[in-house]
Amino acid sequence: MADELLLEARGLCKAFGGVRAVDGLCLHLARGEVRALIGPNGAGKTTLFNLLTGQLVCDNGLILFQGERISGLPPHRIWRKGISRTFQITAAFQSLSVLENVQVALLSRDRATHRMLATARRLGQEEAVRQLARVGLADQAERPCFVLSYGDLKRLELAVALANRPVLLLLDEPTAGMAPQERSALMALVSRIVAEEGLTVLFTEHDMDVVFAAAHRITVIHQGRTLAEGTPEAIRGNARVQEIYLGGGGG
Amino acid sequence: MTLLLLQFLTGLTNAMFLFLVASGLSLIFGVTRIINFAHGSFFMLGAYMAASLAAVLPGGAGGYYLGLLLASLAVALLGGLVELLLLRRIYRSAPLYQLLLTFALVLVMADAVRLFWGPENRLGPPPPGLSGSLPILDQQFPTYDLAILLLGPSVAAGLWWLLYRTRWGILIRAATADREMVGALGVKESWLFTGVFVLGSWLAGLAGALQMPRQALTTVLDSTVIAEAFVVVVVGGMGSPFGALLGAVLIGLLQAFGILWLPREFHMVIVFLLMAIVLIFRPWGLLGRPLQSDRGEGGWVPETSRWAGNPGWAAGGIALLLLLLPPLLPTFFVWLLVEILAFALFAASLQLLIGSGGMISFGHAAYFGLGAYGAALWMQQGGLPMPVAFLLGPLAALGAALIFGLFCVRLSGVYFAMLTLAFAQIAYAVVHQWYDLTGGDNGLLGVWPASALATPLRYYYLALLAGGIGLAFLGRVTDSPFGVTLRATRDHARRCEALGVNVRAHQLLAFSVAGLCAGLGGTIFVFLKGGAFPDYLGIPVSVESLAMVLLGGMQSLWGAPVGAALYLFLDTVITRSTGYWQAALGGILILLVLSFPRGVGGWLAGKTSREGSPDG
Amino acid sequence: MLRMRGKALAVVGAVLLLAAGLLVFWLAQRRVERSIRIGEINTYSGIAAGFTLPYRQAIEMALDEVNAAGGLLGRKVEVLFRDDNGNPADAIRHAQDLVANERVDLLAGTFLSNVGLAVSDFARQQKVLFVASEPLTEAITWSKGNQYTFRVRPNTHSQGRMLAERAARLPQKKWAVIGPNYEYGRRAWETFWERLKALKPEVQVVGEHWPTLSKIEPAGYVTALLAQQPEAIYVALFGSDWITFAREASKRGLFQRAALVGILLGEPEYMDPLKLEAPEGMLVTGYPWYDISTPAHEAFVANFQKRTGKPPVNGSLVGYVTSLSIFEALRKAKSTNTDRLIAALEGLTVQTPIGPITFRPFDHQSTMGAWVGSTKRDAARGVGIMVNWEYVPGEKVLPDEAEVNKLRQAGR
Repeated sequence: MADELLLEARGLCKAFGGVRAVDGLCLHLARGEVRALIGPNGAGKTTLFNLLTGQLVCDNGLILFQGERISGLPPHRIWRKGISRTFQITAAFQSLSVLENVQVALLSRDRATHRMLATARRLGQEEAVRQLARVGLADQAERPCFVLSYGDLKRLELAVALANRPVLLLLDEPTAGMAPQERSALMALVSRIVAEEGLTVLFTEHDMDVVFAAAHRITVIHQGRTLAEGTPEAIRGNARVQEIYLGGGGG
Repeated sequence: MTLLLLQFLTGLTNAMFLFLVASGLSLIFGVTRIINFAHGSFFMLGAYMAASLAAVLPGGAGGYYLGLLLASLAVALLGGLVELLLLRRIYRSAPLYQLLLTFALVLVMADAVRLFWGPENRLGPPPPGLSGSLPILDQQFPTYDLAILLLGPSVAAGLWWLLYRTRWGILIRAATADREMVGALGVKESWLFTGVFVLGSWLAGLAGALQMPRQALTTVLDSTVIAEAFVVVVVGGMGSPFGALLGAVLIGLLQAFGILWLPREFHMVIVFLLMAIVLIFRPWGLLGRPLQSDRGEGGWVPETSRWAGNPGWAAGGIALLLLLLPPLLPTFFVWLLVEILAFALFAASLQLLIGSGGMISFGHAAYFGLGAYGAALWMQQGGLPMPVAFLLGPLAALGAALIFGLFCVRLSGVYFAMLTLAFAQIAYAVVHQWYDLTGGDNGLLGVWPASALATPLRYYYLALLAGGIGLAFLGRVTDSPFGVTLRATRDHARRCEALGVNVRAHQLLAFSVAGLCAGLGGTIFVFLKGGAFPDYLGIPVSVESLAMVLLGGMQSLWGAPVGAALYLFLDTVITRSTGYWQAALGGILILLVLSFPRGVGGWLAGKTSREGSPDG
Repeated sequence: MLRMRGKALAVVGAVLLLAAGLLVFWLAQRRVERSIRIGEINTYSGIAAGFTLPYRQAIEMALDEVNAAGGLLGRKVEVLFRDDNGNPADAIRHAQDLVANERVDLLAGTFLSNVGLAVSDFARQQKVLFVASEPLTEAITWSKGNQYTFRVRPNTHSQGRMLAERAARLPQKKWAVIGPNYEYGRRAWETFWERLKALKPEVQVVGEHWPTLSKIEPAGYVTALLAQQPEAIYVALFGSDWITFAREASKRGLFQRAALVGILLGEPEYMDPLKLEAPEGMLVTGYPWYDISTPAHEAFVANFQKRTGKPPVNGSLVGYVTSLSIFEALRKAKSTNTDRLIAALEGLTVQTPIGPITFRPFDHQSTMGAWVGSTKRDAARGVGIMVNWEYVPGEKVLPDEAEVNKLRQAGR
């Protein structure tokens, strides 16, 4: 199962002013794998995510998804092709209720976001509740989302990102800012859903315990390039990674 | 050749004044994020005080120039007091409420000047020693202008030194780049705000004082200067004083040479055309920097507030009253109700943009006015019967909103606001100058309801029907999938696009709906007033609609009609009872802003909003 | 919960207060039904504020005089002043209030042309008499004229034409113009130029400048004018624009290089703020109150000065003449009925401080004229004045009935 190529990025480059955030990066993801992306701060992880989702346009390079070129497409088209994401800093719609947050994603999937004469409350409510139930938020559906705890917000984000049954899920530091117990609970949830749905996951994470526990393979990037790639065991044993990343205070 | 050189020098001289005013505005915006409408009033006060002081201070030339300096310092002091006593009280509310407060100050100060110095035009005393002129080639160039050409760059150099070579300047720049950083540096934010307000006001007062010998003093000096100052700031890039210098020079020269080379129709909008072009190609101004932020332009977006739903019983009760009461009312109140309905719909359409969409328009009057002109033109030039013209009128507004919106939605925050302003001014200039079609500044007359609808009461019911449908439509839109999605784009545009939502397309749709409804408001209005005039598209009407939305509160669609009714009622009662209505209205607005920092609607809605605010 | 109740109380209280206010307001209307009421709408704030204050003072003077003499038709006369803020929509709201609420017997006033036209059209719609005092646009009595509207002041056409008659005697042939980018500016120039061209076909235009109203950047225009080297310049600038322009132009020597013709610029409103910087030898229309030595006019000046401490300006004269015209119409009509007032005003001759004027029955334009003369600095008074002036009555420059009919046809 791990052999079918799902996503391929070739020679990606992105510079801000004079700073090359991503510099000739290549990445291959196989369908069904859970891949961790690690690297020190400023290595280009978030920039890479933004390139993959179309929220940044690469200066150079090519991204293929399921054999189709997606680089250059706007983010909303890429999402429809099956790439969904969460954000490093939680990005819920603060003024909407928990339920409405999920509804927006469902409305978008059903191409109903432009409808002006229907009442939003009635649309896709049951399905939204089901989605919330999967992440354990069903009882909070009617609450305004700015009263949620941080951990619940992260779950909500997950529910929103999963709403359109994506093929590829990008998680940008899914457990950042959480207590250790909450982290493992959240990652367990992610692992369960991934297994149920056969999702492919690419995630970044600072907590190495989470990384080594959850990832099938790990890609290490440094200064916008791929430094190493391999199974957790191989990465753990890689001398250069040790030197630049693990040993270099990133820890 | 002589002409070009002199025109160049003339353009530069005017640029120096624009720079002084605009750099103050830019500094204040950069640090405090306040759009200070009262900046033009500070300029005017500087000019008037300089004229008085220069005339009375003894000591000849010394007294004269000391007078100019003292006037600018007095304005700086006033600016500091305004910040300390008024603005400081409402920093916790949405930035737009500070804007409403400065708008109220504009009204108060205009009347204060009229009361203190009298309404007649004045000419300040000529500057001793500099009142003559020097021969340049074969023409005369005023020595005072030469002095300004030297003084301007020295002020710019002084500003540069202050901003780049002092600790205070570093703090100002840090605050401009990132508000949170100031707190992190352990600086008392409030004193930085006061300081920058004093400095900015001083620059405005200085510009006014220095302009005094070159310009007649009138009570409308404030409005003549403020719009151009905003353009300069935006063209240069908000928060960048050197952008302001660049913008000022560009606009000064453009005006000087525009006189020579451009046809008359362009003169009144040339600066707004420039702003529109700059913003279309450089959405952050020439020297401004795009902000890498999920939340619009440097925090200058409305608070993300919980949307308070529709208070059903209250709306029903009011609807019943509106249906049954008017036959019992004196005619004037029926007319007044029609006006309130027109503005309620107009303000509610702006509410959709601001409250749901997070898009603050400074030029919403364009669509109101075009709805009015649309109906008038269908009837008069198109020869259509009045009811058909009434139905088709708003289409003109819809068309304009679609076209202008296409460009506007590419921008965000204050740049979006300024581009809407530029387009509104362009639309204003078109109806003002297209004499053959629109009647120019004399407007279109005789736009009255058809005879079957002509009695005030009958027209009222037509207005109620149209306005009611418009408001109900806006209410429906707000609660529709589109409305929810629109609020999602306001809360987090990037999250939205990563959910397959084409954010700009939705914003454009919202802009068009708002334009259409504003146009319907304008159509209702035009048959009430019997004519369409360029004033309907003017800046004052746009500002009034903002004031209505803010008075009502941004949390609910029903805030806007409440605000419109309150504003128009106050305006009507005050203007019919006192000649100093600007001071009275401004004073009441200040009190209202200080007492209801979330608008009257927000106060009524109570605890549904701000509590546990996400920005926290 | 308590907070909610407090709020509800506050709202109910506010509504009750409002209702009480409306009731008082409404009862107050009923109170003085006996006096004759004139609703006066004008631009008392903004760009015209400096012009309208002395105008209003003269109306108040006329009012006190007529009431001291026992009023009219055995009733007191009352004027309700309203500020339109230079805005037609506000003016209409005041007109609605005055007509429906205050039950005025007629409307009067306005300064800006578009406001005047808006109120005139409202008067037609509501069948109310409107005596336009200050607006200059020809349209108000001609192309957009209506049965209910009369106008007192000599319009742009009359004043432009008077100037053209005198300007045709000047030797200069190359002309330039500067005026506001408004209908007023354009018409002030067109009427002047048509007449001048007819009288003296060899004249030609070398430059036209139309700065935005109240936003003039004078230096650029002065430089451009100097470069075009006109022999004469026609100035139609309004209010503060003229004052700003005059100082800049004199610094740059423009006034030494070209003859000047200025519409309205001899009015004290325009001359006085310039003090001794007023250009000399400029051909202007205006109001030389200091030199008009009929007993009636001297009495008017003396009374006005006594009352306000300042000499009258052109607006004061217009305000006073407007008041006298309305009073005279009321006397003649012996009624406040609109139709009878209109009948009385048509062809009515009014004795004013500057002699008799007549409201022409076919276009409702008064024959009030203007003074044409040239400017000179008066060191003693410290301001510019008009010399070599003549009074040109309206009869001399107004078009006849046939021409007016043609204009009215075209305006339909």
